Amino acid sequence: MAVTTPDGSTVHTSLGQGWGRSFDMKWVIIGLCIVVVAWLALIPLGFLIWQSFASTSTAQVPAVFTLENYATAFGTTDSLGLMFNSLKFAFGTAAFALVLGTFFAWVNERTNTPFKSLFFAMSIVPLIIPGILFTVSWIMLASPQIGIFNQIFRDWFGLTTPLFNIYSLTGMIWVDGLHYAPIAFLLVTAAFRSMDPSLEESALMSGASVVQVAFKITLKLAWPAILAAFLILFVRGIESFEVPALLGLPVGLRVYTSAIYDAVHSYPSDIGLASAYAMALLLITSLGIYYQSRLSSQGSRFSTVTGKGFRPRVSDIGRWRYATAGIFILYCIFVVALPFLVLFWASLQKYYAAPSWAALHNLSFAAYGKVLAYPGFYGVVWNSAKLAIGGATVVMLLTSVICWITIKTKIPGRWVLDMLASLPLVFPGIVLGLSLMIFYLNFDIGIYGTLWIMLMAYVIKFLPYGMRYNSTSMIQIHKELEESAAMSGASWFTIFRRIVLPLLKPGLMAGWIYIIVVSVRELSSSILLYSPGNEVISIMIWEFWQNGQYIELSAFGVMMITALFCFLMVVQTLSKRFGVKDV
Amino acid sequence: MLSVENLSTTYQAPGAKPVLAASNINFSVPTGRLFTLLGPSGCGKTTTLRSIAGLERPSKGVIKAHDTVVYSSAGNIFVAPNHRQFGMVFQSYAIWPHMTVFQNAAFPLQVQKKRLSSKDIRDKVMKVLAAVSLDHVEEREATRLSGGQQQRLALARALVMEPRLLLLDEPLSNLDAKLRDKMRFELKKMQRELGLTTIYVTHDQSEALALSHEIAVMNEGKIVQIGSPRDIYERPANTFVADFIGTTNFVEGIVRGGTDDRLVVDTRIGQLNVNAQPGVSIGANVSLSIRPEDVHLSDTAPAPSSNSLFVGTVRAKVFLGECQDFKIDVNETQLLARAHPSVRTLVGEQIHIAIDPEKCTLLAA
Repeated sequence: MAVTTPDGSTVHTSLGQGWGRSFDMKWVIIGLCIVVVAWLALIPLGFLIWQSFASTSTAQVPAVFTLENYATAFGTTDSLGLMFNSLKFAFGTAAFALVLGTFFAWVNERTNTPFKSLFFAMSIVPLIIPGILFTVSWIMLASPQIGIFNQIFRDWFGLTTPLFNIYSLTGMIWVDGLHYAPIAFLLVTAAFRSMDPSLEESALMSGASVVQVAFKITLKLAWPAILAAFLILFVRGIESFEVPALLGLPVGLRVYTSAIYDAVHSYPSDIGLASAYAMALLLITSLGIYYQSRLSSQGSRFSTVTGKGFRPRVSDIGRWRYATAGIFILYCIFVVALPFLVLFWASLQKYYAAPSWAALHNLSFAAYGKVLAYPGFYGVVWNSAKLAIGGATVVMLLTSVICWITIKTKIPGRWVLDMLASLPLVFPGIVLGLSLMIFYLNFDIGIYGTLWIMLMAYVIKFLPYGMRYNSTSMIQIHKELEESAAMSGASWFTIFRRIVLPLLKPGLMAGWIYIIVVSVRELSSSILLYSPGNEVISIMIWEFWQNGQYIELSAFGVMMITALFCFLMVVQTLSKRFGVKDV
Repeated sequence: MLSVENLSTTYQAPGAKPVLAASNINFSVPTGRLFTLLGPSGCGKTTTLRSIAGLERPSKGVIKAHDTVVYSSAGNIFVAPNHRQFGMVFQSYAIWPHMTVFQNAAFPLQVQKKRLSSKDIRDKVMKVLAAVSLDHVEEREATRLSGGQQQRLALARALVMEPRLLLLDEPLSNLDAKLRDKMRFELKKMQRELGLTTIYVTHDQSEALALSHEIAVMNEGKIVQIGSPRDIYERPANTFVADFIGTTNFVEGIVRGGTDDRLVVDTRIGQLNVNAQPGVSIGANVSLSIRPEDVHLSDTAPAPSSNSLFVGTVRAKVFLGECQDFKIDVNETQLLARAHPSVRTLVGEQIHIAIDPEKCTLLAA
C-alpha cells in the first residue's frame, strides 16, 4: 500500500512486514513530522525577526543590520498613535463581544428565555458569514454616504448630518464585536456548564435574587474563564484584518494589521518596517496567549466541577424573559438578517442603490449571471477548493501523528513538538503571510507566487486547530487498544492506520470540516501571498470591493453564504448518521 | 411546622418521556422536629427535598410552612426559593470558593431584604461561626478548610439567616467514617438545642435511626412507611423497608391458629409464635422479618418459655470482636444470627435457637 506523507512524497510499505522494518518506519514518519513542523513553525518566524533588523535592500545596496525599522515603528508619535489605536480597537472589540457573549450564555444556560434552541444555531454564524462580507454589509447599512440607516433617518426624520459613521473606531468595534460575540458565547457557556449548580442554588436558598446570584456567584466563579475568553478575543481583535482594512484605512485610522498591509503595498514597499510592526503584533499576541494559557492551567483554586450529573437549574425570570428574548432577536437581526438582506438587495440591482420603491422596479438577477461569467470565476472557486481540502487533509494527518507522539509516547522533548505545533496560534494571519512572503522571496524554491505557498500558509495557520481536535480524541484512546494490536503482530504503521486513525475519526472529520470552512474565508494571509491567476474566493471579494463592483460582490457573497450554509447543513445531517463530533 | 400534601414532581428531560420522580407525597413535621427522608438513590427523596426548597417546581400538591402556603398547584402559588427563607445544606456543601469563611457565612445577611448594619452582620456571623467552632478561621479562604470544617461552614451559612426550616441534603455523606460519627452527634445536639424544624435526606439507615424524631422510608418515588426510628426498625411495614433498614431474615409461612394476642405460623423452619396483628386471619400467607440479633443462640438447650425454640446446624461463623455472625441451617433453611462472643459452638455442630414472639414482625406482602 502507499501513503502520502505530509511533504508530498510517497511511502511504500506492506502489511505483515518484519518487526525491524516497521520499527524503522515509525522513526522515519515521526522524524519527518518533527522536521516538517519545525520547518513550518520556526523558519518564517526566524526570518521575520532577522528581516526586522535589516535595511531595505536594492539592486545597488545590500541589506545591512539596522535598528531603524524599530525606530520608525516605535519612536514616533505617529507610531504611538498606531499602537494605541490597535490596543483600543482590540480591547473594545473583546470587551463588547465578551459582554454580549456572556449575557447570551447566562440567558441561555440559566433563565427560561424563549427561543433557546436558536442560541446555539447562532454560534455558527461567524462560520458562514465571512468577516469581509460582514464588514461590507455593515458599510452598506451604516456608512455616512450610502448607509441605509443614515438614509432612513435623513428621509424620515429630516436629519441633515449622518447619524451613524461606520468609518470610525466605534464602528470598527461594533462590527467586529458583533461578529466575535458567538465565540465569547461558546467559551463562557462551557465555563457555566462546568459549574456545580448547588453553588448557585445555595445562594438562592440564602435569599439572593436571580440577579444577585448572577453577579455575586455565577460571574465571580466563572471569572478566570471569562478573563481567559477576554484574552482570546483580544488576540482575535488585534489580529483582525478585514474590519481595520475596510473601515479604518479609508479614513486613515490605522492599526498594526492594516499598517503592515499598507507598508507592503505602498511604493516602494517597506518590508523592514512591516516586519517591525509584525514583531510588535507578535509580542502582543504572544503575551495574550501566554497569560490565557496560564489562566486556564491554574484554574484549580476555582475548580468547581464535581462530576455529578446535575442538570443546571433554570431560573424563572418572569416578564424579563421577553426582554432577554428581545435583545437576542435584535442581535440576530443585526448579525444575520440585516447583513444578508442588504447583500441580497444589492445583488438584485443593476447599479448600487439603497432600498426604495423606485429601486424595486430595477430588480434583476443579472449580477449573478455576471459573476458566473466572470473571467477566471471557476478557476478561483477551484483554487479555494483545492487549498481548503488539501490544507485540511495535510493538517489533520500531520497533527494526528504529532498528537500521537505528544500523548502516547514518552519520547523526551515531546513537549517541544507540542509547543511548535501550537506556536502558530500567536501568528496573526497578516504576519504569517508577510513572513512567508519574505522568506520564499529570498529563499527561492519556486513556490513563491504559486498556490503552494498559500497551502503552506493555511497549513501553518490551522495547525493549532488540528492539534486541538486530534488531542481531545487521542486522549480517549486507551493505550491497551494499541498494545493488543501490537500483540496481534501488527507493525506500528499498521496499528496507526488500522487502529488509531479509525478511532480518531470523529475528531478527525470534525477538524477537517472546520478547517475547510475557515480556509474558504481566509483573507489576511492570502492577501500578501496571492498573485494574478492564483486568486481564491476571499481575494476575489476583496478585489470586487477595491474595484467598486458592489453588485457583483453582493451576488458573489450571497452565493458564498448560501453554499457554506448548505455545506454545513449537509455535514450536520451526515455527521449525525456517522457519529462525527460537532464542528 | 411543615406540611406536604399530595406532592408530585415530574422531571422533564428534553426529548425524553417525563419521569415521575416523586408521587403523592404526604407528611407533616411538627415544629422543632427532625424528619428524615430515607431511601436508596433514585427513590425521590432529594427530589422531594428540592421541591420543598423550591429548587424544583412540583407538578401538583400543596406545601405549607408555618401556615404560609409556599406551593399550591390548585392556587397556582409558587414562592421563589430566595423568598422562602429556608436554610439548606447541600451534599457538596456548595461553599463559594471565591470568598473567605466570613464572607460565605455573611452572604445570606448581605443579600436579604432587611438591611442590616455591617456591625450587626458581624455580630450575627461571629456568633454562628462560634457555634460551629469556626470563629478562629473567619479570614481563611473557604477552599482551604477541611471537609468537616466546610460542612460546618455550610451549616453556619444555613443557620445565620435564622431559617424557618432547615433542609439537609445528605450533609454527612462526603465525610470519612470517623468524622461522620462525630458530626452526626454534633448535628443532633445542635438541632435539639435550637429546636429548628429540620428535613434531613439520607440513604444511610444508621444515620437516619440515630438522628430522627420521625422517618419516612421512600422507594420508587413513594413513601412506603412513616414512623419513629424504633417503629421502622422493629416493625417494618414490608419487605422493602425491612431489607433496607439493616439485615434481616425473611421467613414465609401460613397462619395456622392462635389466640387474641398470639398467632402460630407454620414456616419452613418450624412453628413460630408471633404477636397477633389486626386483619391477619387464620390461613393467611404471611411474611415474617426476624433481625439477626433477635435470633438468640445458646450452646445448651434454653429453659422453656413463650419463645419459639429450634435446633440448627452451624454452617459458618465470623468473629467480629464484640459479636459473632452465624449462618445456621434450620430444616434446610438458612438463618442469619448475631450472637454474643461467649457462644462456643463450632462449625458443623448443633446449636439451640430461641426467637421471641415480640421480635417477629409480620410484614405486609
